[in-house]
Amino acid sequence: MATFKRGSLLLRPGLARNRWNQLLTLVAALFTTIAVLPLVLVLAYVLIKGGSLLSVGLLTGLPPAPGLEEGGIGNAILGTVIVTLIASLLAIPIGVGAGIYLAEYSRGGAFSRFVRFGTNVLAGVPSIICGVFVYGLIVSSRILFGESYSALAGGIALAVLMIPTVIKTTDEGLKLVPNELRLGAMGIGASRFVTVTRITLPAAFSPIATGVVLSIARGAGETAPLIFTALFSSFWPDGLLKPIASMSVLIYNFAIMPYEAQISLAWAASFVLVVMILAANLLARWLGRLTHS
Amino acid sequence: MATGPRPELFALRRRPLGEKLLDQGFHRLTVGLASVVGLLLLGILLTVVGGSREALSRFGLSFLTTSNWDPVSEQYGAFTAIYGTLATSVAALLIAVPLGVGTAVFLTETIIPLRLRQVLGVMVELLAAIPSVVLGLWAIFVMEPFLRPTLMGLHNLLGWLPLFSSEPQGPGMAPAILILVVMILPIITAIARDSLLQVPAELRQAAYGVGTTRWGAILHVILPAAVSGITGGVMLALGRAMGETMAVTMIIGNSTNFSWSLLAPGNTISSMLANQFGEADGLQVSALMYAALVLMLLTLVVNVLAQWVVRRLSLRY
Repeated sequence: MATFKRGSLLLRPGLARNRWNQLLTLVAALFTTIAVLPLVLVLAYVLIKGGSLLSVGLLTGLPPAPGLEEGGIGNAILGTVIVTLIASLLAIPIGVGAGIYLAEYSRGGAFSRFVRFGTNVLAGVPSIICGVFVYGLIVSSRILFGESYSALAGGIALAVLMIPTVIKTTDEGLKLVPNELRLGAMGIGASRFVTVTRITLPAAFSPIATGVVLSIARGAGETAPLIFTALFSSFWPDGLLKPIASMSVLIYNFAIMPYEAQISLAWAASFVLVVMILAANLLARWLGRLTHS
Repeated sequence: MATGPRPELFALRRRPLGEKLLDQGFHRLTVGLASVVGLLLLGILLTVVGGSREALSRFGLSFLTTSNWDPVSEQYGAFTAIYGTLATSVAALLIAVPLGVGTAVFLTETIIPLRLRQVLGVMVELLAAIPSVVLGLWAIFVMEPFLRPTLMGLHNLLGWLPLFSSEPQGPGMAPAILILVVMILPIITAIARDSLLQVPAELRQAAYGVGTTRWGAILHVILPAAVSGITGGVMLALGRAMGETMAVTMIIGNSTNFSWSLLAPGNTISSMLANQFGEADGLQVSALMYAALVLMLLTLVVNVLAQWVVRRLSLRY
């Protein structure tokens, strides 16, 4: 029978490997702190600096001319809402429809594999390229009633960015629905259409809604696709075929201006944008939790 | 006489034409919506290739290796921007991978209570939700002034290396790299965390069973088992870093003069597009489209490799 030295089975903290263990744990804790730090710092700055500027005039006014004081970001807030709305109206039906095809109709053939692969590729296309694409397709060709820069072009560029996310979440959400529900619906004589619209889509509502809300939140904060599609405007929105202001482009344009008033407006717009996006994320989290209960 | 149910009650119902049409129409509709993905990809490719034709025929491959960008004499070479894109994204990756994987390990181990780990996990995820342009604003007014003394110290210490050979003067590649780290850290952390959580618990138990320490198990058993997912996440983050536009444009300095130094102002393909596309015309548009094509091919290769790596490297248990 093997014998052990007394105490040899107890933990000896002085051993090299136990020292290493503690050291690496410390390093991991340090890394986590560093990873979380930017969020805390950015949020603190944006909320304190932007929040302190907040007033009714700021939320409803127009941006001032360079060099002048006062003014607001009302047109940019409205513009962001309009452009994001256009993008959502385009991206949600297309994305959900394509997701339904992938999850409910495709049988793993070449077309569905191509669509899945294409969705991943499209998700990886840099957002600035979406802007270039829409610029070439719509803005420079003046295909929309002879107008160049427009809110509609901006919305389309954002939609290109949102579509892959919506497809993926719809596809994955529908795949989570137990197959028995489909078989049951078919068994009592429901058509494919009725099965999808009355049974599987409602069953997958929560994951799909979560993904859609997150993609809308991401779209609202995007700047790169808007710079040369929606452009910017210092005035209130003037129809969907004219250039339109948005908070993200306002931050980009005003941050590099040498005027204190413009820079303050950039911080204020950051505050509004971040609060909206954080609220959307909380909403998405709440929607996601609906599934578990 | 017993009356049984009349047989016609059980006759199969013939589907009305309208229902049939609706069903088929819906199927066709989803196929059509799915093909939008293909159309968009084709459209993007055609726009960018078509737009860059003039510059392609004029400059050919020398566009990739020359670095003078001169709209006046209509000479364009994108080496500065290509170098900037690759240097900033690779450097950001070198910093973000250890940080992200370390954070993911910390958040999947039982070192601190579950509740706290969840809160930290949510915080890292929320970092990904902050718009790039807001991070850029923060980088201009808070991060860069704060870091300048550190970068100055780096220059004084390592100035003999070409990579640190110029004095930091505000915007430059180094702050751009750091803001890229902030942007890709959540991606790496989230994907690494998911991959680590998928490692079967038996592997860890077996490792502990033969008497290793916590970090022995992590370094020799758990991380190798999760390596495919982590590598895929790192590649995705690289693709994201190369295409990232706003924060980088705001802090990199947008200089078309070439310099090896990471402390000097520079350029990336996407920042060049953001900066010049709106006001360009003629050959400059074509040259920018050519640069966009290069960026697209770079990100495409990285993203396809990422998908391939995940499929190929998956360990089977």
